[in-house]
Amino acid sequence: MPILEVENLSVTFRQYASGLKERNIRAISNLSVTLEQGEVLAVVGASGSGKSLLAHAILGILPANAETAGSIKYCGETLTAKRTQSLRGREIALVPQSVGYLDPLMRVGNQVRTAVRNGKPAEEQRKVFKRYKLKSVVEKLFPFELSGGMARRVLLSTAMVSGAKVIIADEPTPGLDPEALNEALLNLRELGDQGCAVMLITHDIDSALRIADKIAVFYAGTTVEIAPAKDFTGDGEHLRHPYSKALWGALPQNGFTPIPGSQPHSAALPPGCLFASRCEKATKECHQAQPDLRELRNGKVRCIHAT
Amino acid sequence: MARAKNLGRFLLWRSIRAFTLLAGISIISFLLVKNSPIDPIQAYIGADMLNVGPEQREKIAQHWGLDDPVFKQYVNWASSLLGGDLGTSMIYREPVAEVIKEKFSHSIVLMLTAWVLSGVIGFTMGVVAAMNKDTAIDRIIKWYCYTLASTPAFWMGLLMVMVFAVWLGWFPVGLGVPAGILSDDVTFIDKVKHLVLPAITLSIVGVANIALHTRQKMIDVLASDYILFARARGERGFILFWRHGLRNVALPAISLQFAAFSELFGGAVLTEQVFSYPGLGQATVEAGLRGDVPLLLGLVLFSALFVFTGNLIADLIYYVVDPRTREGRTYES
Repeated sequence: MPILEVENLSVTFRQYASGLKERNIRAISNLSVTLEQGEVLAVVGASGSGKSLLAHAILGILPANAETAGSIKYCGETLTAKRTQSLRGREIALVPQSVGYLDPLMRVGNQVRTAVRNGKPAEEQRKVFKRYKLKSVVEKLFPFELSGGMARRVLLSTAMVSGAKVIIADEPTPGLDPEALNEALLNLRELGDQGCAVMLITHDIDSALRIADKIAVFYAGTTVEIAPAKDFTGDGEHLRHPYSKALWGALPQNGFTPIPGSQPHSAALPPGCLFASRCEKATKECHQAQPDLRELRNGKVRCIHAT
Repeated sequence: MARAKNLGRFLLWRSIRAFTLLAGISIISFLLVKNSPIDPIQAYIGADMLNVGPEQREKIAQHWGLDDPVFKQYVNWASSLLGGDLGTSMIYREPVAEVIKEKFSHSIVLMLTAWVLSGVIGFTMGVVAAMNKDTAIDRIIKWYCYTLASTPAFWMGLLMVMVFAVWLGWFPVGLGVPAGILSDDVTFIDKVKHLVLPAITLSIVGVANIALHTRQKMIDVLASDYILFARARGERGFILFWRHGLRNVALPAISLQFAAFSELFGGAVLTEQVFSYPGLGQATVEAGLRGDVPLLLGLVLFSALFVFTGNLIADLIYYVVDPRTREGRTYES
């Protein structure tokens, strides 16, 4: 049984466009993804494809004007707002993007201690700092005094001390030098190997491939493909969805080939396949209804033409 | 070490700035008074003016150097100022420094009470409004603050006198102590009773500013990434506010409150006038109306120094308390 199961999740924001006219922005539509214990799942996609919102939806920390539909299950149990509240920071932990997510006026050691759920806070915090090779002086520092690599390890520490079984890492790698990047990735892989379920949200496919078991490709707020990491090889001939192939082909080492057009805006989504307007294979049916996510060759794809 | 040195440099620069500020203000206010229709001789002699002939006037003017060029008069005044001599008040017949000291001792009680009250109440209101943004309680607080912000202090004072002193009779109408009682017989309770209405008036008007600023700052803090992350760790409600909200919003609020010394002083002038409270504000109005030039100039300098001190403390708090503005430390990982 998957530890975390997201089924047909939709997130809609109500906004006042001009005057009192409301408009709905559908940031995530019909998104489905599952996470197994001991697995590292990478969620990749361009900016604005709804990756971070998925993390916030799982943790139940979306802004007040967001409406969700669909279901999120933890160990088979459907999450209610109340249940999510009791799980976050205990069973499900977030590793945020940057040092900006730490309280600027609180010493980092104390911030890690507030995340401890079992055991003595100070002891647990020192243990985890030692494990991540953070000197004891670091616990007395303020966030602005940390280097990028140190901040990375402090943020990871907050998730570690919580003892959570599901770790959601939201863009944890930008701005790191190759050495720190390598270390950050290894730390996440290590968590997976210890039995945690890790969701790595990133737009850096190369990094994701180094540690992930599965890759979920996001486009305009939905999953277009879920594929084993090993399918991302060669010219992308093993990939299922045209967008995944285009994304793979756009990497510098794979030809650096861009495709025309851009992701549709979430306030004006087309009725049919979200990728149809940029797709070479698009036919009339593609523009009529959004295809369902279907099983294909040990993965999943949301495309009627995929083989 | 480096930090103490930096702090020393900071204070040195501020002292220089204070000195130039006072020098500038003394020149401007001296010129203003010189060009105003105030006749210092008439102010000095008062009602006995009819008994003083033109020759005697001439002699006084000569004795005081009133016919000298303005610049020379200023230098005379400024040099005795530097020697610590502010001159003698014409209406109180006492050294200006003494008058200010005595009046300030009354005003400081009033201002301090109002300052603390408005700070605490305003801060609480701002936090409550922000934590309950867009609810009825937020709207009520906002409405209340906008109303207060557009209410003149003297009008509020008159209202307080009407309601609590005249109609309800709970507090005395005015003055700092009961009339017709020997100063030795004045009790502490008497003093407090006379302080309540002016202090409340002054603080009610000061509440709006700090409440609205705190509300906005708190809303920013609540929308920040670190609050989001704290919520992701399971924190909420009061714990969330106590751990992350308070420390991030208190610093700007305290600084703002110190920087509001000028409004406090301005408010005190009007409030003291309404309540006939014998403080600096009333002395300022008296000095202005009765042409007591030395006292007026002394008060101008003193109030400038008072406001400057407030601003200095505000800056100093940021400098000393906020770790981000302290000497940056770097450690290799």
